[in-house]
Amino acid sequence: MLGAEFVAMILVIVYVGAVAVLFLFVVMMLDMDFAHLRKGAMQYIPLGLLLGGVLLAQLVMVYKGWSLSPIQDEANKTPTDITNSEALGQVIYTDYIYIFQGAGLVLLVAMIGAIVLTLRVRPGVKRQNVSKQQDVKVSDVLEIKKVTPGTGV
Amino acid sequence: MYDITLLHYLTLGAILFTMGVFGIFLNRKNVIIILMCIELMLLAVNINFVAFSAFMDDLTGQVFSMFILTVAAAEAAIGLAILVTFFRAKGSIAVEDISGLKG
Repeated sequence: MLGAEFVAMILVIVYVGAVAVLFLFVVMMLDMDFAHLRKGAMQYIPLGLLLGGVLLAQLVMVYKGWSLSPIQDEANKTPTDITNSEALGQVIYTDYIYIFQGAGLVLLVAMIGAIVLTLRVRPGVKRQNVSKQQDVKVSDVLEIKKVTPGTGV
Repeated sequence: MYDITLLHYLTLGAILFTMGVFGIFLNRKNVIIILMCIELMLLAVNINFVAFSAFMDDLTGQVFSMFILTVAAAEAAIGLAILVTFFRAKGSIAVEDISGLKG
């Protein structure tokens, strides 16, 4: 085990709980013809295999000739006496606080962006407008008439 | 009994990354699968970060992998939102139909 329990659990929660569900909902909402999309995919297998093979060969070459630097900067040495979550919390909320806040901002912008992109204002849909309802004055809806007896309105 | 070394994790990361690249080239029509392949590549990078973090006894890699995770989640949300908008406009999500700008 690598001793990175916190990242492992966060990955499971985020990917299963958020990303997979997001993909599922989008696949459900778009009723597209998957057979048509899959047609002709086989012709790209040689190109894909070639590029994938080249990339894998490059990575293997990198792994062959790779070594650790003798000078090691141990700025964030993993503590051994506390749990992984606690150790991560001790650095995230102190050394990386600005980056942490920036990550929060990224998520906020992504959320607002997704809502703005998919929001659709449809004309002709009757909705309740609460502030309009509250703004109604008695004089707008009620008319008081003096009716003299025997003449009618 | 085998010991899992750093090289095993790096190999797993390399294989996952290559699968992501291969998937992008294989599925040049379906935007959803391309998005999934990008997620797979980001996950492979995450594995490398966590493996190096553990074997070099340095917490920075785990912190960085969490920020990568944030960016990946934001990217998935925005990508799928753009996809939904595009599907409403064109009624298709095939890559070859995304040529409205004629660049």
